[in-house]
Amino acid sequence: MSIVDVRELRHVYQSNDGETIALDGIDLTVASGEFVAIIGRNGSGKSTLAKHFNAILMPHRGRVLVSGLDTREEALLWQIRQSVGMVFQNPDNQIVATVVEEDVAFGPENLGVPTSEIVERVNDALKQVDMEASRTHAPHLLSGGQKQRVAIAGVLAMHPQIIVLDEATAMLDPMGRREVIETVMRLNRTEKMTAVLITHHMDEAVRADRVVVIDGGAVVLSGTPLEVFSQYEQLERLGLDVPVATKLGIELKKEGLPIKGEVLTAAQLVEELCRLD
Amino acid sequence: MPIRLNNVSFTYSQGTPFERHALRNVDLSIADGEFVGIIGQTGSGKSTLVQMFNGLIKPTSGSVIVNDILTTAKGVKLKPLREQVGLVFQFAEYQLFAETVAADIAFGPQNQGLSPEEVCRRVDQALVTVGLPVEIKDRSPFELSGGQMRRVAVAGVLAMNPKVFILDEPTAGLDPQGRDDILSQIAKLHKERGITVILVSHSMEDVARLVDRVIVIHEGELKYDGRPADVFRHGAELKSMGLGVPQATEVLQQLRSRGWNVPEVALTVEEAKTAILLALRDRGYKG
Repeated sequence: MSIVDVRELRHVYQSNDGETIALDGIDLTVASGEFVAIIGRNGSGKSTLAKHFNAILMPHRGRVLVSGLDTREEALLWQIRQSVGMVFQNPDNQIVATVVEEDVAFGPENLGVPTSEIVERVNDALKQVDMEASRTHAPHLLSGGQKQRVAIAGVLAMHPQIIVLDEATAMLDPMGRREVIETVMRLNRTEKMTAVLITHHMDEAVRADRVVVIDGGAVVLSGTPLEVFSQYEQLERLGLDVPVATKLGIELKKEGLPIKGEVLTAAQLVEELCRLD
Repeated sequence: MPIRLNNVSFTYSQGTPFERHALRNVDLSIADGEFVGIIGQTGSGKSTLVQMFNGLIKPTSGSVIVNDILTTAKGVKLKPLREQVGLVFQFAEYQLFAETVAADIAFGPQNQGLSPEEVCRRVDQALVTVGLPVEIKDRSPFELSGGQMRRVAVAGVLAMNPKVFILDEPTAGLDPQGRDDILSQIAKLHKERGITVILVSHSMEDVARLVDRVIVIHEGELKYDGRPADVFRHGAELKSMGLGVPQATEVLQQLRSRGWNVPEVALTVEEAKTAILLALRDRGYKG
């Protein structure tokens, strides 16, 4: 069953220079429990699309259904926004409280969750992002990456059905990125939470079940990471990239090594080379 | 503009319950014309460190000497220092404020008291350097794409003609194409004008292929300082610090653990490819 169903969605931004078509009749479905990565160059429409998932933006044409609920129905707004948790790029725009645990509690408090359960939710959420040690700290004293993990905890505490991360790892260090991606994967695998990850890091996209490539406000490629990243030349034309291990595999293949299929990670490439040997 | 740090420590909120040691006993010197990469986990002290370089932050103990100026000296004038040590912050596009691209870039040089003609020349030159068309000058910076806005912000610092150019995560949030564009312009700037470039980055790939020297900061201490080929040899240690090695290096290090005779470090895909082909031939692989 699809939990997000986007049909012929069009979105146009108005500015002094005229109109910019951000989404040009895009079609996309995300299945319940799926982990989808969306990649595309800056300005391709990724973030605009994400903002339609929880009705921050309204379709100019077409429609978006979230768990069957139409985002154009104003009466459904709260229900939709509770079920789609968004994490954005800049954590400073997402933190509201002066103490970490209060920030995480902000969402469930507004949902009217009983106090005892809020405590439990806050504990769980902080544990999942590995920020328990900072629970009584002031967010402004945390580093960028730590703030981002608090923001993610804040979303988790609302128990959404879908978590959408819009370049949420862009400011993090390699470990921070790994932690966030692993958190998302764990939520996806064990809690069956649907996850949508918008990223410029190809090595993050390879972790998803499906990679969707957006360009010019439309889906241009969609498939397993293996299927998508084997389209090396097309991705390059789109201003994108492939994981380094994949690139190295392709280069070795050009030198005549019989590398089978495509490789996505260093470990896969090493296996492949040891098989040849 | 040589930079020298002697036994520098810095503590945030000293004497309060939130006291935090951001830097401990850092000794470091950077000579003119170097291209240095600084890596470290979020919160390791990297940003604190680079803000020492232009006197935005002064050490709690130890000394910072930039171009023979001691930043903690009584009555010292730091304005000239800040003009010559240009710092582009993370997500610098959030700091754009003017109505046009030209006005935004001109802000720095105008405050340096340059003539209108010179300011104009600097603006044009900075635009060219960051690879933006000069025609963009009269547009609002807020109507540009993310990658273009980032470049306008970089141009604003460049227009002050700094001798030392510090960039804190200049490619964060940019797509691969935008990332490559900005980095190649920075590399070109370093090569052609010989200015000191200090690149703070979370991307081991970018650091590996660009810089001559890597400095690793962990929990406020300087852990490694050397050529990329030497620093990235310490794969296990870097991972334990929440960092990593370039993927090309990762492949070679995994092959070594499987008994292959390959070097410990490859900084680029090309280097890894050559090493693997050589090792295969040594192992008698016929293909």
